Amino acid sequence: MIQLAGAVVLLVVSALAVAAFPRSILVFLLFQTALLAVYLARMPTWLRAALLGIALLVMMPLIGLYNGYYLEVATQVGIFVALALGLNIVVGLAGLLDLGYVAFFAVGAYSWAIFGSPQANAVFGGGFPLAPIWFYVFLLVGLGVAATTGVVLGLPVLRLRGDYLAIVTLGFGEVIRVLANNLDKPINLTNGPRGITPIARPPAPFGMPYPEYFYFLVLAIVVVVVLVNRRLEDSHIGRAWEAIREDELAAQAMGVPLVRAKLLAFACGASFAGVMGVVFSAKQVFINPESFTFLESIGVLAMVILGGMGSIPGAIIGATVVTVLNLQVLKGLSLWLNELKNAGVTVLGWNLANLPTQLEPAKYERMIFGIILVLMMIFRPQGILPVRRRQRELAARATTSEAPETVAPAR
Amino acid sequence: MDFALLANILPQVLIDGLILGFMYALIALGYTMVYGVLEFINFAHSEIFIVGAFVGVEILLSLKSAGILDGLPWPVVLLLLLVAGMAVSGALAVTVERVAYRPLRGAPRLIPLISAIGISFFLQDLIRLVESIWRNAFNLVYPTIDVLNERFELTPTIDVSLKSLVVIAAALVMLAGLHAVVNRTKIGTAIRAVAEDQTAASLMGINVNRMISLTFLIGGAMGGAAGVLFGVQYGLINPYTGFIPGLKAFTAAVLGGIGNIPGAMIGGLVLGLLEAFAASYLSLLTGGAFGAEYKDIFAFSVLILILIFRPKGLLGEVVRERA
Repeated sequence: MIQLAGAVVLLVVSALAVAAFPRSILVFLLFQTALLAVYLARMPTWLRAALLGIALLVMMPLIGLYNGYYLEVATQVGIFVALALGLNIVVGLAGLLDLGYVAFFAVGAYSWAIFGSPQANAVFGGGFPLAPIWFYVFLLVGLGVAATTGVVLGLPVLRLRGDYLAIVTLGFGEVIRVLANNLDKPINLTNGPRGITPIARPPAPFGMPYPEYFYFLVLAIVVVVVLVNRRLEDSHIGRAWEAIREDELAAQAMGVPLVRAKLLAFACGASFAGVMGVVFSAKQVFINPESFTFLESIGVLAMVILGGMGSIPGAIIGATVVTVLNLQVLKGLSLWLNELKNAGVTVLGWNLANLPTQLEPAKYERMIFGIILVLMMIFRPQGILPVRRRQRELAARATTSEAPETVAPAR
Repeated sequence: MDFALLANILPQVLIDGLILGFMYALIALGYTMVYGVLEFINFAHSEIFIVGAFVGVEILLSLKSAGILDGLPWPVVLLLLLVAGMAVSGALAVTVERVAYRPLRGAPRLIPLISAIGISFFLQDLIRLVESIWRNAFNLVYPTIDVLNERFELTPTIDVSLKSLVVIAAALVMLAGLHAVVNRTKIGTAIRAVAEDQTAASLMGINVNRMISLTFLIGGAMGGAAGVLFGVQYGLINPYTGFIPGLKAFTAAVLGGIGNIPGAMIGGLVLGLLEAFAASYLSLLTGGAFGAEYKDIFAFSVLILILIFRPKGLLGEVVRERA
């Protein structure tokens, strides 16, 4: 009861605070914390659903009216939540470390970008861009193309052992990026590093402004993705994935078709990324290969690891925390440092105006990802919101691996 | 097709490929030694390598600003760079192992790999941070040592710079030295014993943790030396430069048979030569449709093909399966 009251109060207070200080990053972080509190507090499921529904469907768009940037951040968070949930299937459930996940996102994005812009004229003659309404068809096309790519990649490499698989998927991610960068000749398919623009946006219903429209679209997709994920987890194939993750040999002995199950994991994870890629390209209007680097793949991986491998709420929290760190905290630090610099503040007798100009906290996302990955692996490999089964498993491993310590100090 | 042109550039391509190959071989040693002992891909090795290059450039730049760079004979400078680069990179590799890998020994095998990826990213930005504060720039250029750029004509059409010869010679000396240490000394025997069976080695009175640290030290030092040579040869470095050569060196290690020291050397050379050929001939052979940009894809395709058809690599070290 106290938890429920606390969560509701926090939600109301943070909403009021956002209304009062529409430009403050801290206040928006408070709002996000309130959402988390609602999620974690003990309360009936219908009440939780109702509160989250109000917060996401009513309060968030209202906040967006005050400050469009927050809505943009929320949309980005949504995109990364879907990506993290997709990768969660591959890494978390099936235990296949995919370091080139963003390639599937790129495949989806380019599939709409090419046909939703005049770019396709270079290949197929005239008639492009397609009418904006085709966007909805391409949500499925993007899904299909990404899933197919997942299968095509998976077929030759899924027999490899875990760490080799990781490196090969990394290479594959780079291959897709290099292709996107260079397929402007002999046929101009991707327009190379200059990227593709303008990409058509779908017609928004009820004359809704685009930021709101994309927010709701992403939210709807995230809801679908979460539902699919939850159903998958306890399904036949979900169990098979977890069995593979725990012990491949044992799973195979129990009759799990290894290659087919792994391929399905790759295809499922890829399809989520493909759909979001289509949305991303329409939302951005412009895409180029720079959006699909190894850095992005590791970013999504950091989200999954932070939240807890295999855990759906974990992936959501991880995606939120990492995206907000990147978009808000680091940028906020940059702005703040710049203000201090321009004001010529002195710290410990040292004028901040002399700070090197190359020192920009906004550029240090790799450091954030790196610290997250290392600290989580050492101190909490099961993540912030672990799945109960996974938690037990990692705890069990820790004790068994410590047991022989007395006999052989080497291990 | 213009076969005369293809034949004419062949020697140059060979030399470029050899230099690249020795570079990969030196870096690949770090991957392969650690893999041999721990069966673990030290993903952060590419950053340990590039740290060596940064140590080198910092020393050269400070020598230059002190005005004594031109007064010193180049072998002394080069030796100084190599020793400093090897020391710093080796120490860094040992530290990384202590902090980020040792606590994870015995965990499921993806756990230390993820930790290593984290370290790799962390180090990239750490280098950037340090250089940004120190020099207000993180794209650094190696100051040229004029003597090293002198070119010798081998034949009327081919010439080779002193620099390239020095790089090749230095790499050869180090590879030979390492080979001798691993195969001829007591310490080398101990390292091989730990790679074979940690428990048995510890029963024989070998300090396993120390040998693992030593493995990281040697691998890191080789990486640091490769970094210095990379900087001297190619000139331009930034904190993110190490990543792709690191990945290719790993490919080289797999190509030669990971865990196998001579394999890493051969794998490096083969990959370097293949890549040099791809870089110069791909565009000529396809009439300009596919240019040198595809050389990275080429290296990855080699990796995938090797892993699928001959996962033991060229020299066929048997990699034990561990659950």
